[in-house]
Amino acid sequence: MKAHLTRRYHFSASHRLHSDGFSDAENQSVYGKCNNPYGHGHNYFVEVTVSGQVDAMTGMVCNLVDLDGFMRKEVLERYDRENLNMLPEFAGQVPTTENLCMRIYEIVHRGFDLAHLERVRLEETMMNSFEYAGEQQLRH
Amino acid sequence: MVYLTRKAEFAASHYYHNPNFSPEENRRIFGKCNNPNGHGHNYTLEVTVKGEVDPRSGFVVDLKQLKEIMHREVLDAMDHRFLNKEVPEFLHQIPTTENIAITVWQRLESKLQQAKLHRVRVYETPDLFVDFYGEA
Repeated sequence: MKAHLTRRYHFSASHRLHSDGFSDAENQSVYGKCNNPYGHGHNYFVEVTVSGQVDAMTGMVCNLVDLDGFMRKEVLERYDRENLNMLPEFAGQVPTTENLCMRIYEIVHRGFDLAHLERVRLEETMMNSFEYAGEQQLRH
Repeated sequence: MVYLTRKAEFAASHYYHNPNFSPEENRRIFGKCNNPNGHGHNYTLEVTVKGEVDPRSGFVVDLKQLKEIMHREVLDAMDHRFLNKEVPEFLHQIPTTENIAITVWQRLESKLQQAKLHRVRVYETPDLFVDFYGEA
């Protein structure tokens, strides 16, 4: 039988929202406080949902040790305690939580092959969160 | 179509062990969860049902009935229990969060009259949950 497993992780990072395509006045008007040149930080929570047949021998969709190990190495170590604007993937892209969410989806989608990736949900604060499922329909 | 979710909590212990694996394999695959004395969790259960709103009652489902069914079929069987030893489904099946979600679905599905079961979500901890939609 097919089940969906969701695991939640957290990391802390800083960013500044600023687009070279906008004038200074436009940046200020579009991004407001988030345009502060010195940046600011968040405690991000990321939820990864994978699906697959529950293995008859282990009772698992996939072994959490594998998922945790992958996420720690490929996502958490990459973003935790970093300034997102300094990372190569955000050299030409504003590190909004939308873009970061899609980026994490791509990392897991390309690199984790022990279960099917359904979606990535990223919380920037307790008040806002973003979800990305690639070409798939989001399921609730 | 309207979806309604009812939450419940239960506390239980379990351990992961497959007698078809060698002791070394069990330890390698299940790690600390293989401790035969068991360990426990506060599980949170979310049951989501769906249906059309009854024009007379304004309900998708009688919440009192749903609550009673969840109590009788799930909480009475699993709350403050050692799942491996006291719940029939887990005498020969590992009580992983995946299998708990499937078992809860199977216990509830046939008992619901008005509304249709949509999703069973089981939180093992706030950082880990499983959704089961009744898919083969």
